[in-house]
Amino acid sequence: MTVRVASAPLRIPGLPRLGWLSAVVGVVALLAAALLGVLVGPAHISPGTVLQALIGGSIDPGQATILWQLRLPRVVLGALVGGMLATAGAAYQGVFRNPLADPYLLGAAAGANLGATLAIAYGPGASAIGVNVVPIAAFAGAASAVGAAYVLGRTVTGVRNTTALILAGIAVATFFNAVQTFVQQSQTETIRQVYSWILGRLVTAGWDGVFLVLPYIAISIAVIVLHRRLLDVLSVGDDEATSLGISARRIRLVVVIAATLGTAAAVAIAGTIAFVGIIIPHTVRLLTGRSYRVVIPLSVLFGGAFLVLADTAARTVVAPAELSIGVLTAFIGAPFFIVVMRSTRAAEL
Amino acid sequence: MSAIALREVSIRYGLVDAVKHVDLDVAAGEWLTLVGPNGAGKSSILRAIARLARFTGQITIGADQAGALRGVELARRVAMVPQAPHMPAGMTVSHYVMLGRGPHLGYLGREGRGDMAIVAGILDRLSLHGFAGRTLDQLSGGERQRAAIGRALAQEAPILLVDEPTSSLDVARQQEVLELIDEIRHARGLTVIAAMHDLTLAGQYADRLALLVEGEVVMVGPPRDVLTEATIAAQYGAQVRIIEHDGDGRAVVPVRRRSRA
Repeated sequence: MTVRVASAPLRIPGLPRLGWLSAVVGVVALLAAALLGVLVGPAHISPGTVLQALIGGSIDPGQATILWQLRLPRVVLGALVGGMLATAGAAYQGVFRNPLADPYLLGAAAGANLGATLAIAYGPGASAIGVNVVPIAAFAGAASAVGAAYVLGRTVTGVRNTTALILAGIAVATFFNAVQTFVQQSQTETIRQVYSWILGRLVTAGWDGVFLVLPYIAISIAVIVLHRRLLDVLSVGDDEATSLGISARRIRLVVVIAATLGTAAAVAIAGTIAFVGIIIPHTVRLLTGRSYRVVIPLSVLFGGAFLVLADTAARTVVAPAELSIGVLTAFIGAPFFIVVMRSTRAAEL
Repeated sequence: MSAIALREVSIRYGLVDAVKHVDLDVAAGEWLTLVGPNGAGKSSILRAIARLARFTGQITIGADQAGALRGVELARRVAMVPQAPHMPAGMTVSHYVMLGRGPHLGYLGREGRGDMAIVAGILDRLSLHGFAGRTLDQLSGGERQRAAIGRALAQEAPILLVDEPTSSLDVARQQEVLELIDEIRHARGLTVIAAMHDLTLAGQYADRLALLVEGEVVMVGPPRDVLTEATIAAQYGAQVRIIEHDGDGRAVVPVRRRSRA
C-alpha cells in the first residue's frame, strides 16, 4: 500500500496576493463613503431611517423619494464612475508601462468633450425629442477618438508600438480639442452649459443614468480584472512577454478596448472628471505594492469610494449650489496624493 | 535528431544584412556558444530562434517548424535569458520567477500548487530563497542574473537561449553564473545556445563554438579547433596568445602591441 504524504502548504514570500485585510478595508471604505453620501444632504435623513428603508421597512414617502430617487442612484453612479476611471487608469498604466497614463491618454476626454459640445450647441434639446443626446454624443466621441488614435498608431512603423500609440493619441486629442474650442467659442449662448459639462458632475434622473452605464462599466471592469495577471507580464516589456508566450499587442488591444468602453460610458454620463485615473491607482500602488493583481481590484473599490466622497463634498460645501466634481477631485486629490507620495517610497511608482 | 536546426537563416534590419544564410545544428543536451566580433549577428540568431526577429529560411525545433508553433508552445520549448533583462522596479523576485510559469497557464489562468512547487524548487536551486520577497531593484548584478535565469528555468523548456550571460559581472559572478547554467543543463538535459564575447569563458563551457563574422558562420567546432591564434588574428584582427592548461580549456590572452616603442 502506498501512503501519500500530504506536503505542507507552500509559502513563497513575495508572491502578490490580494490580502483579506486590504480587501476588507476597500469594501468598508466604499460602504462608508456610500453611507455618508446617502446621509448628507439638505433634507435630514437619519441612519436608522436609511437602515429601515434598506431592509424593506416603510418610511415617510417624502424621505423615501429622496433616498431612492435622488441620493442612492447618485451614490451608486459615483461608485461606478469612480471605480471605472480608477480601473481604466491602472489598466492604461499597465499596457503602456507609463505611470503618467490615464484613461484619457488616447483621446477619450477630447472625443467626449467634442461630442458633448456638438450635441449641446447643435443638437435637439432633450425636451424636443424626449431623449438626451448629450451622453450618446459624448460616448460616440470618446470611442471614435480612441479608435482613430489606435488605427493611426498601428500604421506607424519604426517607432516602438506603445510610443506610436501615445503620440497618435496626443495628435487626435489636440485635433479634437481644436474643433471643440472652435465650436464652443462660436456658440456663445451655450458656452456655460458646455463648461459645466466639461468640468463634470454626477446628475442622474432616478436610476436611468445608472442603468445606462452599468452594462458597459460592468463588462469593462470584468475584462480588466480578468487580465490582471497578464498586465504584470507586460511589465517586462513586449519582447520578453513574447518569449513568455504572450502577445503583448493582443493584450494591449483587448485591454484598451475594454478600458475605452468603460471610460466612454463614464464620461458620457459624468463629464471628464480629472485625476481619479491617476491618483487612485498610484495611491494603491504606494500603499500595497505594484502588482496589478492587487492594484486593479483595489482601484475599483477605492476609486468608487473616492468619487462618492468627492461628490458628497461637491454638493454640500456651497449648498444649495453645487461645485463641479472635477474641480473637487483635483482640489482634494492633489494634496492627498502629495502626502501619500511623501510618506512612502516614491520608487514604487 | 537535432534539438534545433537552422537552414539558410537570414535576418535583415532595414538595409543591413545582420545574418546571412546561416546553417546550424545543435544536438539535444549540447551547449553551443556563438562567438564573433561586435555586430557579427550572435544576438540576432538567438532572437530569431525566440521569434523576436523576423528571418527568412527555416528554423526547426524538434520535429516542428518554429514559425508554425503558437506563442505559448514555443515558450514551453524555448526559454530565453536576454542580455539586459527588463526588471520592473518594485517587482519581487518570487513574482518575477513565477512569470516563467505563464506558458503553462491558460490565457486567463492562475498559478496552482504545482507552479508554486516548481518556483520554490528553482528559488532553492539558485540560492534565491532568502531573496524571494525582495524587490528586483534591491539585487546586485549577480543576483539579478540568477533571477533572470530562474524565470527562464520556470518555463521548463528543454532549450535555453542565453545572450551574454556574463557581461557586467565580476569574475567570480561570471564563474558562478556559468557553472550554474552548466550544472542545471546536465541535471535537466537542457540544450544551451549562448552568445558570448569572452572567448576564454566561451571555450571553457561550450561543447562547440560557432564563429560568426559579419553575419556568416565561418567556423564551427570544438573550442580547441576554433580558438587558435591564427583564426582569431584572421577573423577579429586581434593579436592574442592562446595558453593551454591541463585539459581545462584554453585562455585567450590579448597581446599588447608595442609598435610605438
